[in-house]
Amino acid sequence: MSSMTEPLVFELGQPGRVAGAQLPREDLPIGLPQAMLRSSPPLLPEVSELDVVRHYTRLSQLNFSIDTQHYPLGSCTMKYNPRGCNTLAMLPGFLNRHPFADEAVSQGFLACLFELQEMLASVTGMSAFSLTPMAGAQGELTGVAMIRAYHLDRGDIGRTQIIVPDAAHGTNPATATMCGCTVTELRTRPDGDVDIDTLKNIVGPETAGIMLTNPSTLGVFERRIGDVAEIVHGAGGLLYYDGANLNAILGKALPGDMGFDVIHVNLHKTFSTPHGGGGPGSGAVGVGDKLEPFLPTPIVGCQGDRFRWVGEADRPKSIGRLSAFMGNAGVLLRAYVYMRMLGDEGMERVANYSTLNANYVMAELEDAGFDLAFPGRRASHEFVVTLRRQAKEHNITAMDFAKALLDRGFHAPTTYFPLLVPECLLIEPTETESKETLDGFVAAMAEILADVQADPDRLREAPVAMPVRRLDEVRAARHLDVRYQPDATETDQTERSSAP
Amino acid sequence: MTEIPNDLRYTKDHEWVREQDDGTLAIGITDHAQAALGDLVFVELPVVEDVIGSGAVCAVVESVKAASDVYSPLAGTITEANTALADAPELVNSDPYGEGWLFRLRPDAPTEIEELLDNEDYARLLTEYDD
Amino acid sequence: MPFIPHTPSDTAGMLRAIGAGTIDELFEEIPKDLRCAGLEAVPEALSELEIGRLMRERAALDEVGLNFLGAGAYEHHIPAAVWELTTRGEFYSAYTPYQAEASQGTLQVIYEYQTMMASLTGLEVSNASLYDGASALAEAVLMAVRANRRSQSRRILLPASLHPHYRAVVRTITASQGISVTELPYDRETGRSDLQALDCYAEEDVTALVIAQPNVFGVLEDVDALADWALDHGVLGIGVVNPMAMGLLKPPGDWGREGVSIACGEGQPLGVPLSSGGPYFGFLTCREALVRQLPGRLVGRTLDVDGKPGFTLTLQAREQHIRRSRATSNICTNQGLMVTAATIFMSLLGPEGLKRVAVRCQARAAALAEAAVMVSGVEIAFPEPRFHEVALRLPVPAGRVLEGMRECGVLGGVHLESWYPELGDTILACATETKTDRDIEAYALALQAAIESAG
Repeated sequence: MSSMTEPLVFELGQPGRVAGAQLPREDLPIGLPQAMLRSSPPLLPEVSELDVVRHYTRLSQLNFSIDTQHYPLGSCTMKYNPRGCNTLAMLPGFLNRHPFADEAVSQGFLACLFELQEMLASVTGMSAFSLTPMAGAQGELTGVAMIRAYHLDRGDIGRTQIIVPDAAHGTNPATATMCGCTVTELRTRPDGDVDIDTLKNIVGPETAGIMLTNPSTLGVFERRIGDVAEIVHGAGGLLYYDGANLNAILGKALPGDMGFDVIHVNLHKTFSTPHGGGGPGSGAVGVGDKLEPFLPTPIVGCQGDRFRWVGEADRPKSIGRLSAFMGNAGVLLRAYVYMRMLGDEGMERVANYSTLNANYVMAELEDAGFDLAFPGRRASHEFVVTLRRQAKEHNITAMDFAKALLDRGFHAPTTYFPLLVPECLLIEPTETESKETLDGFVAAMAEILADVQADPDRLREAPVAMPVRRLDEVRAARHLDVRYQPDATETDQTERSSAP
Repeated sequence: MTEIPNDLRYTKDHEWVREQDDGTLAIGITDHAQAALGDLVFVELPVVEDVIGSGAVCAVVESVKAASDVYSPLAGTITEANTALADAPELVNSDPYGEGWLFRLRPDAPTEIEELLDNEDYARLLTEYDD
Repeated sequence: MPFIPHTPSDTAGMLRAIGAGTIDELFEEIPKDLRCAGLEAVPEALSELEIGRLMRERAALDEVGLNFLGAGAYEHHIPAAVWELTTRGEFYSAYTPYQAEASQGTLQVIYEYQTMMASLTGLEVSNASLYDGASALAEAVLMAVRANRRSQSRRILLPASLHPHYRAVVRTITASQGISVTELPYDRETGRSDLQALDCYAEEDVTALVIAQPNVFGVLEDVDALADWALDHGVLGIGVVNPMAMGLLKPPGDWGREGVSIACGEGQPLGVPLSSGGPYFGFLTCREALVRQLPGRLVGRTLDVDGKPGFTLTLQAREQHIRRSRATSNICTNQGLMVTAATIFMSLLGPEGLKRVAVRCQARAAALAEAAVMVSGVEIAFPEPRFHEVALRLPVPAGRVLEGMRECGVLGGVHLESWYPELGDTILACATETKTDRDIEAYALALQAAIESAG
C-alpha cells in the first residue's frame, strides 16, 4: 500500500490545459441570451487525459477493497463481486437502453427483471416483489409505508407504533419516523433473543408492526420467531423483515414461513452487487398477499409470452413511485446474473458455507483467547466478539484493534455495532473466503492480542502502515472543510506544515 | 471521579439546573454527560422567548460519535442562550457547570425544582449505570 | 461450487475445529418446521459461458438504432477512461469509507466531487450524493421544511412543468410528514411556470418553491423572477437543474438578486450511461448555513496525528447510524460508483469541455426542431429558449407515429399525453451532442413516413 498521498485534482494541470480528445470543436455560436448564461466558469480541473488517468489510478491504490483485501465487515456481506455479473450487465443492449424505450424493444431487459422478481419471491417465501427501491433504507421506507397504507386502507387509523429491537440497525427507527410513526424499543435478552414477555406488554391497538432481522444483528437466530409472529399478528400488527442477514439462511429457511408480511432484500449484500465505495445498492421489496396491492410501481408483469410494465393504473392502491425511473436497473441485472450462476443448489450453499466460515473463525478466535458475546450459541453467518475485558485491563478499545488490523492488511470488522455489546467487533467472513484467508485473519487477530498484552501503547498508535494515520475527526467537524477553495490555500499551508 | 457539585439539581437525562438570583434557571449537561459524548463539535440552542414544555427537547449537543437531545427539566420561557458555544463548543467539555452552560429559562412553576434530583440522588443514579 | 473455494478437506478440517460433525449441525437452532424444502422458481445453475449466451441474446433484443428520448435520462458521449477507471476493483469493490485510513481513495474522490458540484450549482456545500434526482428533490423538500423556520405551513409549491415522476416521488416520500404539495400551473403558450399564478400565493404561508431548469419540456424558465419572488416572500427556493446545462447556464446560486439556498437534480448526464434507468445519482447542494440540515454523507478534509492532510466522513451525528430516530433522513448510502464516474468525467471535460458539450446539445436540439417542422403538420409546442429537448405537436395520433418511427429504427420521443392530457398528440424529442446531421435527417424522414402512414 502506497504511503504517498495524492494532491487534489484541482492542484494538478494548468489553466487552459484540456483533454483534447474529449473536447468538442468550438465552432458553434451559443443560441441563448447572455442573461441566461454563467458569468464565470465552474471550478473544474484543467488537466490532460493522462493527468486524469494517473490521478484516479493512484487514488484507487489508496483504497482497501474486496478485490484486494479480506473484509470481514459484519452485516455488510463483503463477498466477491463476480466480474461476469459486471460484464453481462453492461452489454450494450442493456447499457444503452433508455428507460422509456417502448416495451416492444425492451423484452430482453424485462425478461431478466421478471425472472429476478420470481427468484427473489422464491428464496424469501413471498408472493410478489417490487425492484424499484434503490437501497436497503429505501426498501425499509417502502415496507413501513406499505404497512401504514394497509392499516389506513382498513380504516385502522390509530396504528402508528413501530416496534424495533434495541439491537436494530439505525435505519430502522429513522425509517419509522420518516413514515410518521413512533418507535417503541423492544429489549433483547442476554441470550440474544428478543424479550417475548416485554413484547406481549408492548403490543396493542396502536401497533402497526414490528421490524426484525433474522438472524438478528447480534449474529444469532431469533429462536422464538414463531411466538413473535403470533403475538404481533394477534394484536393486529404486521411483521417486517430487514433482509440484511439473509445470507445466513438463503435457501435454508424462508422469511415468509416465519410469518413475515414484508421483506426488503439488500441485493448489494446477499446477491453480491458491487459496493462501489458506498453505493449503488438495491433494496428490492417482497410481500405476502395482504400487502401486494400496495407495492411501489413500476413492477414487471407477464401477459402470455410478453413482458410488460405494471404501473399505477393497474395498482391504484400502490404507495407510489420511489424513483424517477424504475430503480437501479444495472444493479438488478448484476443480481440476476449472480442468482442464475448460483442456481437452486447454490443458494443453500451460500448459507452453508457462510455459516461454516463464521463458526470456524468464531471457534478459532475463542481458542486464541477472545471473548464471544454469546458463547453458548452457534454463529449464524456472523458473530460478535467483545473486547471489554482487554479494554478494562489494558485501556485499549475495539477501535484500536480495528486500526491494528489495517496495518496487517485486513479491513476491520464492524465496530461498535450492535450497540448492546460494549467494545465489540461484528465479524462476517462470507462464503467466498478460503480457509487460508480465514486462518490468516485469525493469526492477525491473535498477534494483535499478544501485542495488547505486551505493549498496549503501541496498539493505540495504529495504524502506522497506511497512507494516513488516525484522523482528527473533531477538527473535521469543528472546522468544516468540505470543498476545495483555491483562495484558502495559504491558510491551509500554514496549518499543514508541522511534520518533523 | 466525575464531578457533581452539591449546590445544583439534576435530572436522569444528565442535565444540571442552577437557580439564579433573578429567578431564572441556568441549565447545562453534567460532567458525566460531556465525558460520555466526547469532544463536542456543535451545540444547537433554543431561541430566546421560545416557550418550552416540561421534558421537551430544546437543545442538541453534538460530538463526533453522538448527537444527544437536551430536555428541559421544567416548563418555561427561554431567557438566554449561551452564544459563546457557537465558536467554542469545547467549553461544555472543559467547564460543563460554568462557562459551558447551555441556556437560561424562566420557569412557569419555580417550586417544581424541588422535585428534581439532588447531588446524592444523581450520584447514586450514576453508580447504577456502572458495569 | 461457483465462488465458494472450499475443498472437502478444507470443510472437514473446519468442522473438526468447530466440533461439529456436519454443516447441517450448525443450523440446529433453526426450528425444523422452518427449513425450506426447495426453491420453486430458481432454475439449475448456469456456468458463466451459459449465462453469457443467454444475456447476449436478451441484450440483442433491446438494441435500437437511434435514440431521441430524453425526459430525465440523457445519452451523452462518455470517454472510455471513465468506466475503465471506475470499474477498477479498488473502486468497484470497496465499501463505504467508515475506516478512513483504508479509504483515502474513495474519500478524496468524494471530496473532489463535492467541490465540483457545489461550484457547478453556484452554492457552497454538496453532500456525497443521494439515490437519484427525484429522491434528491424529496430530500431537498424535507430539508427546506426543517430550515425555513419562518414558515409553519409545510406547504411546497411544485411547478406542473416539473417532471411528473419527480412530483410523484416527492409525494410518496413526504407523504407521512405533514407536508402539502400545491401545483403551480404552466403557461400554455410558453411552457414556462405561470408567474401570475404564483402571485396568488403572495399573501400565503409557503415554505418552499421548487424551480426546474430546464423544465420537463426542455424549456428554460425565468429563474431570476422565480428566485426573486421566493426571496421577497420568505419562501425557500429549491432549484432542480440539469448538471450538464449548468456548464453553460447561470446556476441556482446566482439566480435573481441572491440566488436560491438549495439545489438538486439528476447527475446521470455526467458520465453515467442510460443503463435502462439506473443506477444514477442525485446531487444536493446548499448554502453553508444549511450544512447541518443536509442529509446523506459528507466528506471533510482534516489532519492526521502526524499533521498530514487526509479525508474522513464528517457530521455523521446527523446520520441514521448514530442519531437513529432523530436522523435527518434514513439514508445509508451514497451512489459511490456513479459519483466516481461523474468526478472522472468532469475532470476529463473540464470547464471548457462541459460548456462546449452543453452548447452543442442546445444547437443539435435546435437543428432537430428545425428539421422536424419541415415535416408537414408538425409544430413546435413551446418556443425558445430551450436546452436540448423540444416538444413537437403532431397532426395525427402520436402513439402510432412513434410506433412507425420505431419500425424504422428511430426512438422518436416520449409521448406526453399520459402526463399532460391537455397537450394531446405531442411528443418530447431530445438531441444531444451525439446526434449528427445524418441522424437528424434520418429522424425527419422517419417522422414524415410515420405521419403519412398514420394519417
